[in-house]
Amino acid sequence: MEFFRIKKDIPFMRHALVFNVISALTFVAAVFFLLHKGLHLSVEFTGGTVMELRYQQAANLERIRGTLEKIGYEQPEATSFGTAHDVMLRLPVVKNVSPKDASAQVFDALCKAESGSLKDIDTVTAKGEHVVKQSCADTAGAEAVSLQKVEFVGPQVGDELTENGLKALAAVVAGVMIYLAIRFEWKFAVAAIIANLHDVVIILGFFAFFQWEFSLTVLAGVLAVLGYSVNESVVIFDRIRENFRKQRKASVHEVIDNAITSTISRTIITHGCTQMMVLSMLFLGGPTLHFFAMALTIGICFGIYSSVFVAAAVAMWLGVKREDLIKPVKEKDETDGAVV
Amino acid sequence: MLHPTPHYNVEIMNRYPLWKYILILAAVLLGALFTAPNYFGQSPAVQVTSGKSTVKMTADMVAKVDDVLKAANIANNGIAFDGSGTYASVRARFADPDVQFRAKSVLEKGLNADPSDPTYLVALNLQSDTPKWMQSLHALPMYLGLDLRGGVHFLMQVDTKAVLNKRVQGIQAAARSQLRDKNVRHAGIDRVGDNIEIRFRDDATRQKAKDVLASQLGDLSFVDSGEGDALKTVVSLKPAALKQTIDDGVKQNISTLSKRVNELGVAEPVIQQQGPDRIVVQLPGVQDVARARAVIGRTATLEVRMVDNSITPGTELSSAIPFNSELFTVGRNVPVVLSKDVVITGDYISSAVASFDQNQQAAVSITLNGDGGRKMRDLTRDNVGKRMAIVLFEKGKPEVLSVATIQSEFGSSFQITGMGNAENSAELALLLRSGALSAPMEVIEERTIGPALGAENIAKGMHSTMYGFAAIAVFMLIYYMMFGFFSVLALGVNLLLLVALLSLMQATLTLPGMAAIALALGMAIDSNVLINERVREELRAGASPQAAISAGFERAWATIIDSNVTTLIVGLALWAFGSGPVRGFAVVHTLGILTSMFSAVFVSRGVVNLWYGRKKKLQAIAIGTVWVPDQK
Repeated sequence: MEFFRIKKDIPFMRHALVFNVISALTFVAAVFFLLHKGLHLSVEFTGGTVMELRYQQAANLERIRGTLEKIGYEQPEATSFGTAHDVMLRLPVVKNVSPKDASAQVFDALCKAESGSLKDIDTVTAKGEHVVKQSCADTAGAEAVSLQKVEFVGPQVGDELTENGLKALAAVVAGVMIYLAIRFEWKFAVAAIIANLHDVVIILGFFAFFQWEFSLTVLAGVLAVLGYSVNESVVIFDRIRENFRKQRKASVHEVIDNAITSTISRTIITHGCTQMMVLSMLFLGGPTLHFFAMALTIGICFGIYSSVFVAAAVAMWLGVKREDLIKPVKEKDETDGAVV
Repeated sequence: MLHPTPHYNVEIMNRYPLWKYILILAAVLLGALFTAPNYFGQSPAVQVTSGKSTVKMTADMVAKVDDVLKAANIANNGIAFDGSGTYASVRARFADPDVQFRAKSVLEKGLNADPSDPTYLVALNLQSDTPKWMQSLHALPMYLGLDLRGGVHFLMQVDTKAVLNKRVQGIQAAARSQLRDKNVRHAGIDRVGDNIEIRFRDDATRQKAKDVLASQLGDLSFVDSGEGDALKTVVSLKPAALKQTIDDGVKQNISTLSKRVNELGVAEPVIQQQGPDRIVVQLPGVQDVARARAVIGRTATLEVRMVDNSITPGTELSSAIPFNSELFTVGRNVPVVLSKDVVITGDYISSAVASFDQNQQAAVSITLNGDGGRKMRDLTRDNVGKRMAIVLFEKGKPEVLSVATIQSEFGSSFQITGMGNAENSAELALLLRSGALSAPMEVIEERTIGPALGAENIAKGMHSTMYGFAAIAVFMLIYYMMFGFFSVLALGVNLLLLVALLSLMQATLTLPGMAAIALALGMAIDSNVLINERVREELRAGASPQAAISAGFERAWATIIDSNVTTLIVGLALWAFGSGPVRGFAVVHTLGILTSMFSAVFVSRGVVNLWYGRKKKLQAIAIGTVWVPDQK
């Protein structure tokens, strides 16, 4: 099987200006949404409490919100996820509820709202693990609400995470640039970083526009995708260098076009494979991995776009020349010529 | 298009020397060995740990547990003593959960004289079924993170300000009493911020005071200022000593927490220091956050009391207890009758270390803060020759740690002698130090994950990896035929090696970690695609099959290195700056890149060589369609 039956080099660079304008517009839109709407940061960054509850009956979100407002939460966020029985609560740190006891207080209040009472249940799982849990039993004795997950993060942790996230991003950018500058040339380093940071900003723009939750796992995904699409640009740059060496007479334009054309099948197949894995996580991975996979999906799509259409074009604008990449070979040629 | 002219005259053979095949085989076998424990599953077990600070678990307990089980006619699959870590335990394995339950109740009754106040704690547990010979090779299953097995996670921050405050108060009180003892006349001692300011009227006194304080307290630095008859010196704690104080506080809190968590009967708890002033507590399987929090946050108190002299030693149990006294029956040197009046509490103890007395007998040296010293002096002045007891109250239950005779009047520092051996003194010192949390702590992060959610997460992680892998495998087989098969084989080896490495490192597997495994596989296929595309390209240019294989692998190699380095940079940055789940992700990501380089290049080349390398007259290779532009 062969998907790519390309007879002639595709003239990517002829349309470079158009692609760069498209990129610039997407980029500006992403920045606009980031500034205008901001990221919907998870509790890991902002501090607060997240609770996942499972209701026996379909959950009444209005009643849950009302109960939470009574305890002192302004605009509590209660959303159902997965099924109508599963509810996720996001509670910021508020003054009149001590963060320590927030989850216990909320659970107590919500249990009362379902006219149930708290009870300790001592059970043993099928695997033999001993489990004591506090549950909310209704008048009939059945479990009305059960607590699936509680996450509390103090505000000081959040500040640290934001700082560390930015540090990690800076370290990645610096590391990749230094490596590319040594391995190729500074123009390529700059081109690759511009192309790929533009991917990162666009992913963030998507998260801001749809107000998807931006968690630590998503941050890890965004950085992973940054490294992944840089490696995409590297493959193309590698081929450009090889072509400069082999095709002495071709213009910079032609060299770049040929490099992109001859690597495009690999680009698409590789990304397609990675995307299959990511899709599998997107659909089967559950809520924790959903946005992680979402960030990767956007990253992979824009990664292809930016490597093919943006990175090489930026390198071209910066004025890469044959001499930039293959100096030693050229010197040798000259001496050879002098002897003959 | 221009292409290099392939050399047809030299027939290239693709062969590996024998040692390379042996290396691949060894890597795969080792990979299989270390991956295997993850598949053995677990069998029900019962874990016995000490329930009292004064009772230590030793290897002798194995026989005792065995006896109790034999007496009740319960068959077990092996009893082992595990003395590693903070808490020693004896673990017995059983055939099924029913036997496990019976064993638990039998052991609880058999080992404890008083079930309401157990000496030994018996908890249900799971033990890995990995064969012994594997365990002895350190082939153990990966540890599952809380998000995969359910449980409670706390991150606690030690209040370093409070620790420092307590220490500075102690120095102030000590300075005051030292100067008074040595008859150094100062014009006042004040606390200014985290420093202590002592005023003097003349320089000679100031010098003398500094000598006294430096010789008695240590760890202090002095800065002089002022002139005429308004001289002063500012005493501050040296930065190293300050760090040491906080470090000790955290360590003490960890040991206190370990004892308390132990009492919850949790299997495999994790209690670790994180950063300079934080402690992570992870309790797998515990669902009741409120109870866990109550136990962890509980404060134990120490009290020093006088022994009631009206009772003749030896008749404590039979005589009538005076109105103002109490009978204590738990602990060392009991029974003993103590006065209800508390001389000092543990709050006054600023340090307790194991040491030796003048006869080279094991002892515990205790230092009290200024107030405590004064109280102790007042007490001992009138009570030389009488006996004094130290009692630990935990959960409202008293336990006598020591009963000792007062040899002479003493103040803020004294020794408890007659400890028997050094082990006893070290243990008492630890108890005195850690009876109460040395520094207040605050919960800054908390996570509870239900066991059902944990099992769901495992299934989700496994399924997404499995189906993703299957999709890639099917595609590669269809698109690249035989070479696709080699690629999938290499990818499988990659997964095997990655899991083996993680098991070998005893890494904690979390959901983001599983996502990283899946992603590592999805990215690792890149190397194989690069190679296969290159081989096709060489064939397209007219190279012979053998030459195409050789050139394809060689040319792709430089590109693979380049692209993996950038991904590696990301992995390392996340490893350095990430915390919690992100670090788990980073570890798997980084290792995945390394294993993929080995498997994609080395292993897949090995398989290709094995398959095609020896065929001299190779006409075609199965790598899917090689489309040449001129053909229709």
